[in-house]
Amino acid sequence: MANKPQIPNKNSALIAVIADEDTITGFLLAGVGNVDIRRKTNYLIVDSKTTVKQIEEAFKEFTAREDIAIVLISQYIANMIRFLVDSYNKPIPAILEIPSKDHPYDPAHDSVLSRVKYLFSAESSSSRF
Amino acid sequence: MSGSGQRLNVVPTVTVLGVIKARLIGATRGHALLKKKSDALTVQFRAILKKIVSTKESMGDIMKTSAFSLTEAKYVAGDNIKHVVLENVQNASLKVRSRQENVAGVKLPKFEYFTEGDTKNDLTGLARGGQQVQLCRGAYIKAIEVLVELASLQTSFLTLDEAIKTTNRRVNALENVVKPRLENTISYIKGELDELEREDFFRLKKIQGFKRKEVEKQLAAARLFAEDQVVEKISLQRGISVNAAQNFLAAEKDEDIIF
Repeated sequence: MANKPQIPNKNSALIAVIADEDTITGFLLAGVGNVDIRRKTNYLIVDSKTTVKQIEEAFKEFTAREDIAIVLISQYIANMIRFLVDSYNKPIPAILEIPSKDHPYDPAHDSVLSRVKYLFSAESSSSRF
Repeated sequence: MSGSGQRLNVVPTVTVLGVIKARLIGATRGHALLKKKSDALTVQFRAILKKIVSTKESMGDIMKTSAFSLTEAKYVAGDNIKHVVLENVQNASLKVRSRQENVAGVKLPKFEYFTEGDTKNDLTGLARGGQQVQLCRGAYIKAIEVLVELASLQTSFLTLDEAIKTTNRRVNALENVVKPRLENTISYIKGELDELEREDFFRLKKIQGFKRKEVEKQLAAARLFAEDQVVEKISLQRGISVNAAQNFLAAEKDEDIIF
């Protein structure tokens, strides 16, 4: 099957984070941060000076990198590049939308959760059960 | 139905009929198996759906707790702690390992996190607020734990969704296209074979009738011949030819004999 997703069976992969400074600090404290030889980080700090283009590029880079298994992205940042997040449909790396400190979590905006909700309602209304 | 008028382009013979029948049996078995696979995947899918919803909702609380503990740490250790943390990044000590899980032939990725090497942030907050910083670290590690679980659920969700769609497409293709086509072919071959048989039967009947007629004709000729023979023989014995024999009844009256 050609469209079968390839699951890399590597022993270690990174978690990438795109979020505001505080959230990044927390995750770095937990130890997810990684800087490679070319001084490339696996996280992007988004503040008021960060442009949407920068976020887009970081998102594309993180989803294309092979050593990243999970991309965490703050929901309000995901809303800025909603079209990119929604059009992304590969299983790996997995995109997770996380709540941030000053933006409450809204399940209605989550691309995966909205699909889940849609399927749930479709399943409960259908007579297959 | 779209596949009703269709049939395979085959020569209607008994051999081909056998082949097509075998194919129909294969298609039926494949259909049943795929249906079972689809059902198994759907069961798994539903379980994952439920888990995703509940985990997503619990994620909010956990992120809130960890953000709050970060605020606490910042309050105790001073605001410049984040600069220390941001500058101290070297290699990731917390990484993700992925392994595969097999559900009805579909490989689902499962992530699990693990720590590797010692943390570089040991000295963070040494001046003040060290305990608070460690608590914050613990809170964020817990958050990572939930997020990793959620990520593997989400990945499984996407993979399973795709797999179920493919399987259902195959089930429908077998049910609505392949099987009707094979059935149509079988009925077509059967019809053709019946037609051939009827034709054959008719021809045999015709030949039989012709032969019977012929035999009867010969028999009749033989009988006539035999009768002629018998008459000839008798007349030879009596010394008169059949042709010369007088018909006493039909002949005109003889002259009376007077003694």
